[in-house]
Amino acid sequence: MDCSRILDYVHGFVDRELDPVVASEIEKHLEGCAGCRQVYARQSMLQAAVRRHAPYYAAPASLAGRIRANALGTGAREMTAPGDSRRQWLRLGAAVAATAVMTWAITLQVERATKDDRVVEELIAGHARAVLTNHLVDVASSDQHTVKPWLSSRLDFSPPVADLAGAGFPLVGGRLDYLAGRPVGALVFRHRQHVINLFVWPDANAKTAAPAQASSKQGYNVWHWVQAGMTFWAISDLSAADVRAFSETYAGIK
Amino acid sequence: MSLGQQDRARRFEETVMVHLDAAYNLARWLARNEHDAEDVVQEAMLRALRFIDGFHGGNARAWLLAIVRNTYFSWLEKNRAQKDQVTMDENTLYAPGDDAALLEDSVDRLLQEQDSRRLVARALDQLPPEFREAIVLRELEDLSYREIAQVAGIPIGTVMSRLARGRKLLLVILRKLSQEP
Repeated sequence: MDCSRILDYVHGFVDRELDPVVASEIEKHLEGCAGCRQVYARQSMLQAAVRRHAPYYAAPASLAGRIRANALGTGAREMTAPGDSRRQWLRLGAAVAATAVMTWAITLQVERATKDDRVVEELIAGHARAVLTNHLVDVASSDQHTVKPWLSSRLDFSPPVADLAGAGFPLVGGRLDYLAGRPVGALVFRHRQHVINLFVWPDANAKTAAPAQASSKQGYNVWHWVQAGMTFWAISDLSAADVRAFSETYAGIK
Repeated sequence: MSLGQQDRARRFEETVMVHLDAAYNLARWLARNEHDAEDVVQEAMLRALRFIDGFHGGNARAWLLAIVRNTYFSWLEKNRAQKDQVTMDENTLYAPGDDAALLEDSVDRLLQEQDSRRLVARALDQLPPEFREAIVLRELEDLSYREIAQVAGIPIGTVMSRLARGRKLLLVILRKLSQEP
C-alpha cells in the first residue's frame, strides 16, 4: 500500500470501519512510514479532542414531562374518533393518559421505599446537573491512585475507587457532590459516549444483605447496592443492562 | 385508557423516551440553541409516536435520530425566513492554502495544547450542518457508518467523505480560532 492510499483510508481506520485485511495492511504501512504515522496521529488526536471537549447536551429535566403530556394527549385524540359530545371526555382522557404514563414510568419497579425514591430523584438531579453544566469532575484522572486520595482528603471517609477500563468503563475522574443530606463522592466513568456517575457514601444503617436494586426513571437507569458499610448508586442514560453490568463489575472488584 | 393505548404508551417509553438525551443532543447541535432544540425534539417525539407502529426492531436510537434530523431540516425550511442562519459553506471556510497549512507541525501542537483543544466545541458549531451532523453522530453518539447513513439518509460512501471533509474543515476552523487574539 502506498502513501496516497493511506490518506483515503485514514478516516475509516481511525473509526475502525475497515475490513480486517485492509486494516492490517495499513498497520504494516504505518510501522514503516513516519509521514503516514503523523497523519494518523493527527486524526486520532482530533477525534480524542472532539470526544473529550465537545459537550453532550442532555435533555433538560422538564422536557420529558412536556413530551409525555403532549404526545399522549395527541395520541389519545388520534386513536379515538372525534365527536363533539365527546370532546370533553377526550380532553380528560388525554390528561388521564398522560398521568398514567408518568405514573407508570415512576412505578416501574413496584416495591420501593419512598426514601430510596427521594435518593433516586436527587441522583438524577446530581447526574443531570453534572452533565448539563459540563462539570463532570473536580479531579480528572483515569488513575485510581490519584482520584482516591483526592476524594479522601475532602470527605470524612475514603471511597473505594477502581478503574474499569479493562471492562469497557474507563474512569474519567472524581467529584464532590451533595446527596441525601451529606457530602458524597461521585466517581465518573464513560462507556461509549455515555457518562456513568457512581455515588458513594458510608451508611451505617444500610443492610449489606439487601439485594441490589434496579430502577428506572426519566430515561435514566439506576443500580443500587451496599458493600462493606458503603452505599453505592450508579446512574446513567445507558441501558439498564449496561448499568447493571457496570455495577456488578465494580462490586466484584472492590 | 384502553389496553391499546396503554400498550402504545409503554412502547413509546421503551422505544423512544429512553433515547431522549440522544434526540436532544442532536437537535441542540443542529439548531445551536436550547429553545429551538426543544421545539424540534417535541415535534420529533410526536412524529415518533405517530410512526411507532412502523418500527419493527433494529436500532431504536438511530431510528429516532433519523426522525429528529428530518424534523430539524423541515423545521429549518419553514423558519428559514426568520432564522438568521449564519452557516458558512465549505468554500468560504476553505482557502487554497489550507491544505498545505494542515500538514504543518503547528496543527499537531494545536491539538496537544489544552487551551486550543477547548476550542473544539466552538469550531464544531461553525461547521456547515451536514458535516456537523456527521461528526456529532460519529463522535458523540458513537454510531457506525452504516447507522449514520441510515440517520442522514445518505449512502455509506457519502458518510465517509463527509467525515473526511468535516474533519479537515474542523482543523481549518480550529486553526483560525486559535490565531484570534
